[in-house]
Amino acid sequence: MNCPLYIRSVPTQGELKFHYTVHTSLDVVEEKISGVGKALADQRELYLGLLYPTEDYKVYGYVTNSKVKFVIVVDSSNTSLRDNEIRSMFRKLHNSFTDVMCNPFYNPGDPIQSKAFDSIVSTMMVQAC
Amino acid sequence: MAAVQAGLPVRLESIAGELPLPVFVGITNELEMRYPNQPLTNESQSHILGSVAGSAPRPPADRPVLRHPDTSMDKLEAWSPPQSPGISPPRSPSAYRSYPYGAQRNGTDTLLVHDAKVPGRPSVPQENSSPSHYSVKLQPEQPVITRVASVERLVERLEVDYSDDPWRITEEQREYYTNQFRSLQPDLSALIMGTVAKNFFTKSKLPIPELSHIWELSDVDKDGALTFPEFCTAFHLIVARKNGYPLPETLPATLRPGFVEAGVVTAPPSEATLPLIVFDENMMPGANQLKMGSVDLQGTSRPGVTAKQEARDESRKPEFSPKRIPEPHEKTIQHVSTLKPDSPQELDANMKSRTRPRSYSSTSIDDAMKKVEEPPTPPPRPQKTHSRASSLDLNKLFQQSGQGAKSGWLPPPPALPPRPPATQIFSFLPGSEKSSQKAVQQPNFADFSKFREEQESSLRGLSTEDLTPPKSESTVVHQGHAPQKPVRRKLHPESQSATPPSATPYSAATLTKSTQRPPPKQKREIQMAIRKNRETNAVLTRLNSELQQQLKVVHRERVTLESQLELPRPVTST
Repeated sequence: MNCPLYIRSVPTQGELKFHYTVHTSLDVVEEKISGVGKALADQRELYLGLLYPTEDYKVYGYVTNSKVKFVIVVDSSNTSLRDNEIRSMFRKLHNSFTDVMCNPFYNPGDPIQSKAFDSIVSTMMVQAC
Repeated sequence: MAAVQAGLPVRLESIAGELPLPVFVGITNELEMRYPNQPLTNESQSHILGSVAGSAPRPPADRPVLRHPDTSMDKLEAWSPPQSPGISPPRSPSAYRSYPYGAQRNGTDTLLVHDAKVPGRPSVPQENSSPSHYSVKLQPEQPVITRVASVERLVERLEVDYSDDPWRITEEQREYYTNQFRSLQPDLSALIMGTVAKNFFTKSKLPIPELSHIWELSDVDKDGALTFPEFCTAFHLIVARKNGYPLPETLPATLRPGFVEAGVVTAPPSEATLPLIVFDENMMPGANQLKMGSVDLQGTSRPGVTAKQEARDESRKPEFSPKRIPEPHEKTIQHVSTLKPDSPQELDANMKSRTRPRSYSSTSIDDAMKKVEEPPTPPPRPQKTHSRASSLDLNKLFQQSGQGAKSGWLPPPPALPPRPPATQIFSFLPGSEKSSQKAVQQPNFADFSKFREEQESSLRGLSTEDLTPPKSESTVVHQGHAPQKPVRRKLHPESQSATPPSATPYSAATLTKSTQRPPPKQKREIQMAIRKNRETNAVLTRLNSELQQQLKVVHRERVTLESQLELPRPVTST
């Protein structure tokens, strides 16, 4: 159920650590979205913000209305990244993701193999570095 | 449209290229005015500049190749509208770039820009304003999609058909695509839904990831549906792929919904972004230059990556997958990525590989088309006999309807012996034919009158009276009075009610009534009508009998098949 549709890290060394971080952050995301009991998706904001800061890095979360979760892990030393930048990154991700969804040949649940999506992600990551 | 399209290449070659619609010209020219070619920090403008530069050198249409781009406005001005298609690709980037700005407009913008660029006149580009202006001018407020579609269609007409480009849609291809589109969606300005398109393209037997990629390339407005140009693009990509061409990373300029010639793009040789449409070496310089301009203006030194969505011109220069630029690119149609310039060698190689004669590509594409094209549902089988019977009988019958019933009856012998009612009719017919025409009509008349009389009886409650007379009439030969009976009945229900219920008295009554018969003209008309009805009745009964026969045959077959199925089953079940 919670298998990654797409995962990518820029400095590929130590990638596994990031994979692990992302996976564990899913719990935090779930906790955040389940917290809102009154209204459903309407009240809940898509951008979840800083999920939890660890020693080395910060994890940001974003969940779509269809419970698709985006997680961004950035280095803590990267102080130049501000919240609205993160928001814009998520927005771009979400847009690209909807574009992928629009493709009738894409089956939801499949890993994302769209080159367009790849390119957007790469751009973002390069930009953020 | 086809005529215009067909006419265009010719004209373009004569350099005269004109815009298809005067109205459009006006609009696009206005747009042109609005699109600045000044090197501003605005990305779009830079792209426009580059594109303009690219298009400027575009010479008469006979040369798809582009020279080195001149960034001078003079060239643009000197450049006549005919090369408008050339301009459109450069414009497309800006058009596409307007995508993020004009958030709502998306495809509309792209198309608008295309059209704007068509005239090829230098103008101050104001992307944000122009698309809106254009859209306002173009049409009253309409759904974006429809507007886009219409604009796209118009832009299509400006295509120039260069011969050697595998990524260019030829006229016959476009005709074919149009027909295919119509088979899915009769309205050319409407959309094909994603699932419909998916099923359709899946028939082409290409692997799903490739189809997915083709979709990504073609669906420019990312709405999950295909407009007609998008459909053509997708179809063309499929066809090309089936012919062995590797899929490009980005959409070739010629396949853009706003379609513009590939030749339009000129880039500086240094960048050498490999334009997919390889005509000449000159192409590359043009493309590169265009790219260069955009890059410079954007101030990004990074060779391959653009931070924002950039001018579409870069996406115009798709790379062949074998020659893919290693750097990450924004390959989405909406984002133009600065492609790393390829070496000219690659371009040459590409050209060699790509400059296959169009005849070849067209033939192979034709084959591919045939492969892609799935046979439509076979014509329904059971109707064969129907058509035969009906065409034979009915046509003949109706042709002869005015000439009398007798000839109509004879021709097609039924497969089966006619059913009892038919036999009745037929037996009546031969007998009646011997007698006068009016006598022939008697059986029909009898049936008819029976029907009518029953109707009337229901109205008047003269059931017994009405039913018996038909029988008596059928047995009795009346001359000329029979056809009038129904009419008579309708006209004089009271008189009928007065008739005694017996058969003979009835006939006597009818005889008396006959003295008051209506003018012969009416009678004849009624007779004709009766005859026609009788004929149709006969035909239908014949059809019915034939169908029954077929049903029996089919049933028999089914039984045999089932029995055959039964046979191995005991073996497998054990």
